[in-house]
Amino acid sequence: MENEFLNSRLNVTRRHFFGQAAAGIGGLALGSLLVPDLWKGDSAANAMPLGMAHFAPKAKRIIYLCQNGAPSQLESFDYKPTLIARSGEDLPASIRGNQRLTGMTASQDKFPLMGSFYGFKQYGQSGAWISDIFPNIANIADDLCIIRTMNTDAINHDPALTFLQTGAQVGNRPSMGAWMSYGLGSENKNLPSFCVLLSRGRGNGQGVYSKLWTNGFLDSLHQGVVFSSSDDPILYLNDSDGIDKNARRRMLDELAELNHLGFDENKDPEVEAKVQQYEMAYRMQTAVPELTDLSKEPDHIIKMYGPDCLVPGTYAANALLARKLSESGVRFVQLYHQGWDTHGNLPKEMAMQAQDVDRSSAALITDLKQRGLLDETLVIWGGEFGRTNYCQGTYTVENYGRDHHPRAYSIFMAGGGVKPGIVYGETDEFGYNVVKDPVHIHDFHATVQHLMGLNHEQMTYKHLGRRYRLTDIAGNVLPGLLA
Amino acid sequence: MKIFKIIIPVILAAICMYAAWSCSDAQGSDTSMPDVVDYNFHIRPILSDRCFKCHGPDANKRQANLRLDTKEGAYAAFKDNAKAHAIVPGDPSQSDAFQRLITKDTSLRMPSMKSNLVLTQHEIDLIEKWIEQGAVYKPHWSFMKPVKLELPEADEAWVRNDIDYYVYAKMKEKGLSPSKLTDKERLLKRVSLDLTGLPPTLEMQDRFLNDTDPKAYEKIVNELLANKHFGEKMAAPWLDVARYADSHGYQDDGLRTMWPWRDWVIHAFNSNYSYKKFVTWQLAGDLIPGANKEMLLATGFNRNHKITQEGGVIDEEYRVEYINDRTSTFGKSFLALTFECSKCHDHKYDPISQKDYYSTYAFFNQVPEKGLFGTIDASFADPPNMRITSKDVNSLLKFINKRDTFAVDVMVMKDSSNMRKTHILSRGNYDMPTFEVGVGIPKSILPYSTAKYGSNRLGLVRWMFDDANPLTSRVFVNRIWAQFFGRGIVKTLGDFGMQGELPTHPELLDWLAVDFKAHHWNMKRLVKQIVMSATYQQSSDVPSAASKSDPENIYLSHSPRLRLPAENVRDHVLASADILNPEIGGPSVKPYQPKGLWEMATSGRGSLMTYIQDHNQDLYRRGMYVFIKRTVPPPSMLIFDASNRDQCEVQRGRTNTPLQALVMMNDPHVMESSRVLASHLSAEKGSLDVVLSKAFRKIICRKPSEKELIILKRYFENEQASFKKEPNKIEKLLKIGEYKKDPGAIRFYTAALMQTIQLIYNMEEALIRV
Repeated sequence: MENEFLNSRLNVTRRHFFGQAAAGIGGLALGSLLVPDLWKGDSAANAMPLGMAHFAPKAKRIIYLCQNGAPSQLESFDYKPTLIARSGEDLPASIRGNQRLTGMTASQDKFPLMGSFYGFKQYGQSGAWISDIFPNIANIADDLCIIRTMNTDAINHDPALTFLQTGAQVGNRPSMGAWMSYGLGSENKNLPSFCVLLSRGRGNGQGVYSKLWTNGFLDSLHQGVVFSSSDDPILYLNDSDGIDKNARRRMLDELAELNHLGFDENKDPEVEAKVQQYEMAYRMQTAVPELTDLSKEPDHIIKMYGPDCLVPGTYAANALLARKLSESGVRFVQLYHQGWDTHGNLPKEMAMQAQDVDRSSAALITDLKQRGLLDETLVIWGGEFGRTNYCQGTYTVENYGRDHHPRAYSIFMAGGGVKPGIVYGETDEFGYNVVKDPVHIHDFHATVQHLMGLNHEQMTYKHLGRRYRLTDIAGNVLPGLLA
Repeated sequence: MKIFKIIIPVILAAICMYAAWSCSDAQGSDTSMPDVVDYNFHIRPILSDRCFKCHGPDANKRQANLRLDTKEGAYAAFKDNAKAHAIVPGDPSQSDAFQRLITKDTSLRMPSMKSNLVLTQHEIDLIEKWIEQGAVYKPHWSFMKPVKLELPEADEAWVRNDIDYYVYAKMKEKGLSPSKLTDKERLLKRVSLDLTGLPPTLEMQDRFLNDTDPKAYEKIVNELLANKHFGEKMAAPWLDVARYADSHGYQDDGLRTMWPWRDWVIHAFNSNYSYKKFVTWQLAGDLIPGANKEMLLATGFNRNHKITQEGGVIDEEYRVEYINDRTSTFGKSFLALTFECSKCHDHKYDPISQKDYYSTYAFFNQVPEKGLFGTIDASFADPPNMRITSKDVNSLLKFINKRDTFAVDVMVMKDSSNMRKTHILSRGNYDMPTFEVGVGIPKSILPYSTAKYGSNRLGLVRWMFDDANPLTSRVFVNRIWAQFFGRGIVKTLGDFGMQGELPTHPELLDWLAVDFKAHHWNMKRLVKQIVMSATYQQSSDVPSAASKSDPENIYLSHSPRLRLPAENVRDHVLASADILNPEIGGPSVKPYQPKGLWEMATSGRGSLMTYIQDHNQDLYRRGMYVFIKRTVPPPSMLIFDASNRDQCEVQRGRTNTPLQALVMMNDPHVMESSRVLASHLSAEKGSLDVVLSKAFRKIICRKPSEKELIILKRYFENEQASFKKEPNKIEKLLKIGEYKKDPGAIRFYTAALMQTIQLIYNMEEALIRV
């Protein structure tokens, strides 16, 4: 049994390889053919992407639409008529149990229940209940695997988001995308394997932080590369005014020659690696702007994602860009959309947030489906925790807020080997506790890795004496979610 | 070259251990069977990695009541079968543990299927032979006090100081030979970059090249050690260890003012404080009787961790988190042990129990502090803190670069007057305290006695600097060694435990550790010793023998070629163009940065919502002064593998990515430096050869070869011709950056020169410490 075959695959380090191929540049070129990915690290054995799954994957790529700030499950996918009927009543102590509360509501004497301000309807074959503020997502209900029983350990944004993305609330651990990049490498030699796109909605926002897309203790080539909506889609990508493509080419040719002269003396294999990195940078300079130019998308696509998709930096534009990146082989595209932290003014803010993401989220899934890519692309939509079924502070039916709630919240996934058209898990009538089929963050990670062909217990990296996993020391693949 | 026989003295147990190590690669893929199988070298790495997780120090998770990390555990009779033993010295067939490794029955075979771990046949053979030879256990190497051994013999013509004897002996053993000394130009570049992080000036290059004094190199070394930039270079890695930053971290990530502490670190290195003083003040300066403000400032080390400002968090949860951070930082940076692994349970590999963890934690649990002092911008320095006034800066704290008359507050350490009780926290949860513990340290390292040392952080420091402490000196000299050779003698700089790598030159590590202690923890002396060695002064050309048998250059048969650390990439560019502002210390600066990065990620609160770029001289400060906002660290720094300062880091990666190429090609700082240097040189008289050579020497720090000069000239001529054809491009290039410098009358000449300098900056060798 090849239990530790990951390690054996890593036995030949790149430097070792190049060292043995010291015949010269000819030998080195062979090296780059064998190494599946030009995003190379230094000599450490573990630096190189493994570039191989443990078993046949269902999904090849992931697009993670992270709704940063925690959208309320009670106004989206977890319909609770009881809350509407009993609005204003105090949350029964038996339901709350020993749940710890955040500093924002811990001192409240009462925990008045509140039902959704928006109506809910059932959609699709599955009859999933979806709120009225997500009409486009509702229309593709049969493509979705809605999970109503996500649960987490953290009750504040920073630790919860960090947990969601890295599998641990604290510590500088690699994020999901970095793990995928490390485990599976890149499918495209001209693009990073892990790309990050940021946008901000109109609701109460919480910041994002580079820790969320960090490589942690993995090699920095697995770090998420942030694409920006500015003229430089990747930092430092564009040549300065006054330097055109020909001038850059001239420079690179002379540069390679100078570097090879250096190699003739020092025989350091890193020199050729450096030459290769410059060539890849040069290819990126062409490939990336072509990719990020959304203006050439046909009308029907623009219509599908909505007019916002032509406004750089919006969620809609990022959703469309995510499709293009993913289609081009980027292993993991991570979006963060801020503004879901509805401690107050929920009815208004949540509607605005939904308006910003509903159409383009649904369009992305439909678009992938029409291209035949949905089967191999896993789309994930959701936040870091849920929101309380009771109000924070004073409230009216039209204006209330909800605090953070870790015990149960809703997300959805689509494509990539998840079971479509199902609603997974049940919460109690108060939407407070899970009563059936809980999905802990570790289970979620284990399942997502499984879909990508990775065994979460074997997908380890030894750092400072310990084998680390995205799932830390827990997590189960949940067969009920698999197609 | 004369080759002497290598003699390995065999006197003490420790020495036997080393002798066994000498015969094979450290954890390499060597499959040869040694004559004598050694526990520390051959067996413990296997047992630790594959067995200890279930049969090791963690009492709660120990399976079948069996522990294999001690001989008592391994030799003991089974509870349910007094005739059976896991290991019977001398007899593998009676050793149940061994039988379980080789059984065909997968339900019995160890490690269990579920563990995802396996042993190779070679590893099984080693264990078998080890048991046959008596299954001798030995104490863990790093927990034994280092001893200085007799120097091995070496080629006296090659060695320069004691370091070289050990390196030479090891090289010979591996069938390698040392390289010749490098040429003077490269040696100067190397030592200048290593000691100051800056390239040698042309004046210095000329002076050194023309100095025929046999002591010329030592003179340069002394000059660099006395240079005020030495402190900056040495401080930079310490800032990683101390997770220094200019913002609080966590999501709102407001401003903090810890930079006076950073100024102190530079001052401490420049003043050559002993390591003992350096550490004592940082860990316990506040507890020294009659502590002055400088000692207090030094304690900021333990307040550099992240602090939350997120409204609604639970105070105690974060207070506990800060103490966890201090505890694991202490373990990693001073003892190279992974203390944090024992936060929730006994350590799986090392003899650090959960109780030990909270005993060490107790030292740091006495601070009168809050988990959440206030939301964003409530404070730039949460209490306990210290105010630094202009009066302080004019007297005791002269080294602080306080640029205005305002007082500045820094966070410092303090112990409450009443000792706070410390409890073990079940599974590390702040709200699940169990048994009360006193202060202490894992006893396997060196037992902690409160009677002897005291029961506060000052006591902890006394314990660290007790002559019997096996780790303090080793850990530090190893890290300094790595600073100069790119790799520690123990590769895992932060892990000297069971799972860490073994030292490649154990005798040398111990020699350095003992010598460092014996010379009063003198840091400049240690550094000088290293750079004066022949090992350090070797050529960095890779010999063909080494490229085959030692591609990682573990045995140092040549000097390593190392890409500069992130901060020094920037320094090198600015310094070689003569636009570096050499000012030391002060508030961190905000140079050019791609637009929108802070704005894109902010929560929309606090004074660091938007990036307000600095101007004039502040644009040209050294890399270590670039403002570190933890949630959005400076991008070009991260691209070159800088730490994000989230937590204590003792080791940076060294990658080679296309993003680095993009920075060097397009970062306005590089373009601007090229422009200014070109403008400067365009005013010089002399042929194109002279001008290009000069630029080349400033950046690459050696004279170009004829072939190189031909390429540079060819490129220059091509660019010049191209600019003549398209003059509109010239002005665009010549306006990059805010630095004012007249480009001279012949613009196409300057522009072509600028491009050629850009080319030189992008050469692989430019950013390499050769």
